[in-house]
Amino acid sequence: MTTLTSLARARAYELGRAVRITTRRHVHVGNRPLVFVPLAMAGEANAPLACLVGDTPAAPRLLVVPQPRNRDLRFAFVAQLAESVLTYVDSFTTSMDLVKDAAVFTDAPQLVVANPAAVEFTRLLGRSTRFRRPDGPYPVAPTVPLLGRWLTWFADAADRPGSSLVLPLTTVLSDHWATGQSALEDANLAALMGWIDPWDNLTGQQAAEQAEDPTRWPPAGPATDPEFDNRVLAELIRAYDVAPDDDARAQAVTALEDALRSQMEPTWRLMWRAIELLRAIEPASSVEHRWLRDRREFTAQVEYWRDGGAPQPKVDHAVRAAQRLARLEQELEEYTVERAFDDELAMAEYRLSGDAFRGRVVSVDATRVDTSGKRRRPRPHIVVATRDPVRLEPGTIVRSPTRPNQDCRVVAVAPLAARDGPDIFVPTAVTLELTSGMGRAATPAPGSVPEVGDELCYSALIKTVRPAPQFPSREETPWTHGGPPAPYVSDESAVEDAGEDWS
Amino acid sequence: MTGGGPGWTGDTASAAAERVIAAVLADLRAPSARGVVVDSPPGAGKSTLVVRAARELAAGGTQVMIVAQTNEQVDDLVHRLADADPSLPIGRLSAADYQPTPRVAQHANVTVDTAVSHLRGSAIIVGTAAKWTHVADGVWPWAIVDEAYQMRSDLLLRIANRFERALFVGDPGQLDPFSTVETTRWLGLTWDPMQSAVAVLLRHNPDIPVHRLPVSWRLPASAAEPVSKAFYPFAPFESGTAEGERRLTFQTAAIGASAVDRAIETAAETGWTLYELPPRHTLRTDAEAVAACAALAERLLQRGPLAFSPDRLPSGEQVTPDRIAIGTAHRDQAAAIRQALGATAQQITVDTANRLQGREYDVTIVLHPLSGRRDATAFHLESGRLCVLTSRHRHACIVVARAGIQELLDAHPSTEPVHLNVPVKFPDGWEANQAILTHLTPYKVRAS
Repeated sequence: MTTLTSLARARAYELGRAVRITTRRHVHVGNRPLVFVPLAMAGEANAPLACLVGDTPAAPRLLVVPQPRNRDLRFAFVAQLAESVLTYVDSFTTSMDLVKDAAVFTDAPQLVVANPAAVEFTRLLGRSTRFRRPDGPYPVAPTVPLLGRWLTWFADAADRPGSSLVLPLTTVLSDHWATGQSALEDANLAALMGWIDPWDNLTGQQAAEQAEDPTRWPPAGPATDPEFDNRVLAELIRAYDVAPDDDARAQAVTALEDALRSQMEPTWRLMWRAIELLRAIEPASSVEHRWLRDRREFTAQVEYWRDGGAPQPKVDHAVRAAQRLARLEQELEEYTVERAFDDELAMAEYRLSGDAFRGRVVSVDATRVDTSGKRRRPRPHIVVATRDPVRLEPGTIVRSPTRPNQDCRVVAVAPLAARDGPDIFVPTAVTLELTSGMGRAATPAPGSVPEVGDELCYSALIKTVRPAPQFPSREETPWTHGGPPAPYVSDESAVEDAGEDWS
Repeated sequence: MTGGGPGWTGDTASAAAERVIAAVLADLRAPSARGVVVDSPPGAGKSTLVVRAARELAAGGTQVMIVAQTNEQVDDLVHRLADADPSLPIGRLSAADYQPTPRVAQHANVTVDTAVSHLRGSAIIVGTAAKWTHVADGVWPWAIVDEAYQMRSDLLLRIANRFERALFVGDPGQLDPFSTVETTRWLGLTWDPMQSAVAVLLRHNPDIPVHRLPVSWRLPASAAEPVSKAFYPFAPFESGTAEGERRLTFQTAAIGASAVDRAIETAAETGWTLYELPPRHTLRTDAEAVAACAALAERLLQRGPLAFSPDRLPSGEQVTPDRIAIGTAHRDQAAAIRQALGATAQQITVDTANRLQGREYDVTIVLHPLSGRRDATAFHLESGRLCVLTSRHRHACIVVARAGIQELLDAHPSTEPVHLNVPVKFPDGWEANQAILTHLTPYKVRAS
């Protein structure tokens, strides 16, 4: 937890209401997100029990597995889920835009879940379905492996910093609001929403306390309330198991559906409310270009599978893992910089830690020239007076969010007054040398040098554009990493997959 | 940098070290596996070994590829190699914007170039791992990878096709390589890209011989034992100098006895001080702790410290600011201390544990990673961090900390989840922290 969020949490506690910690929204919220509330049966790894799914608040589709231990019922459930998800995904593949001479789908699907645990559920459900086959032993509906591919794709996208293809709401909300409770308590969607948007004229704290009562606010899943499991669910599943005929079985299913719907509907409503709240925040300026990257990703995946591409492998081989890590690191760096440049409150973190400062330009030497090289180069100096605790070393390159194409080098950092007691906010003069963004002429282009009186923020956060790192091909995996992996043989592994231990 | 050569204490230490080096060189001459790994505790003559192995391999007539992790390490190796044999042509592979440092430029037998094709005449080519990734072809029969435990395995993946066999040298007790990305996606995979190069190498090639250098020439007798016990529980090493052979004295006496003076004197006498500030939860850049680190450093310089060591002048050598370091866990802490240092102390190195790896000083002042914290995260508990901070010194180490770390540790037992198929790493950070704290307790000086 950073200094600023600690402060925001203290303020939220005092106010009895969550406090915004960003001035902008840093995720894309689509017009038609797919909200997915999965529940899992306790006692078995990732056994689907029920879900609500849909892209309109008024019409959730309820799916249940009346006996979660029954494999046939499980895959019937998955086939129904596949119908919803695949129809939704396909609906984005109808219209395309031309962006820089490449066709990209106009919009992309977006999966909204309650929390990171639901993302994990999605990942595992994808893993357990994408290698199933419509023929051979234990056949499944042909849509099941397709669903598995898309669920895996969503779960993989959720790992990527800055991607909005999957929104785990507790994480997204905590990135935008600070509450008066701990981060652990924030992982409960109802408690978190209680602080952000308290109901019935309650304070955030009161609402969050109510949210801890699972009979009022059932858990957002995938894990269910153990009391509900013992008292309600176990009975209803038993009734289904012992039903003597189809009528009784249908009745049992209806009873199960009612009970499970009541467990998921409060979460469903909270999730749509959260989406509404997020939509109301003005998006940060880089959100659009990050969403374009997501759309490109979606387009590429659709085309890859249309051309007969294989499902995602069980594990990344050495080269793929390294490539993926390199990409995640690059995207995280970009997202960190973009977030700070888009949002004064995000930048404030860096101002507090001394990696950025904001102040007024107090003097400008616009005509300064560097004559040390072969060519005379304009190297204006500006002095910025600030009260921020600057901890930048001379030589550091800094940039301003409002002048993103201009690099400046820190020349000197000098206090303007003696340090008085423990106050870290002493006036400081920072001398900067402008090194780029002044045009090609011998004198700086008009307007390219800040003027006295300008209010500017500078930070050491810089998006470095690096060429994509080179990796050996998969076939050239070196001996240090186990040599080339065995090629994927689809038939053999399908048999092996179908025979997986399904305890 | 790393301490001088062996030979000044009882023959046992240097003989033991020599035996290991001979075994390593024998493995290079008649390799039984595609690689050799040498684990080296702090200051155990790792660079000396690299220089000897490189010369030995180069003597065979084929060009040797040397991979280090940072430009500073590369320059250091180039300088040592060029010094060891002025007739040996050495190539320094560099980026386009590299300016040869005086250390490198002074040698006539060193060629600096951005392309390996221009370094064909060199017997040895040294470059950073990042630079070697740009070399697209060519296969060298032997490579030496220095600081291999600091290297991430994905970087090794990118350069491993450039060599047939390799000698990997490094310190397993130091900081593991890290990633800014948090993911558990590859946990348990033998080629996990977030693991160190050596970890991945050994998991795929378990037949590779692993040697251990048994003597630290840097750490004084007072430090070798606690550091070895806390951070190398299964690979003990000893100090190359005996008790009392390293001494630290002052040219001036203190009038009165301030806590700062007592802290400095305790460190000079025993090799260790725990300078304890009153308990308090603080921000990362704890103003009082920062001031304490600066005050200790400045006072140390004022007292005119003289260091005595068997391999140095018998009349003692002045401990100048460049022989002193202040180590922290975070960059902002280092920056705050740097700003707090007075004019006389500006030459003192103030840096984070990551940046201090592989370096050596006479006296170090350490801001304890857990000082003033409310929680003990995996980052702050990491054994490598504390190991780096407490094993950079030849004479004395002063640890600055808020009281209450013991309670903090007790309140935060290690709860890292255990993952399938992930080898257990020793020592556990929590346990190492406890061990060092227990060791420091008798040397506690309370700030007044």
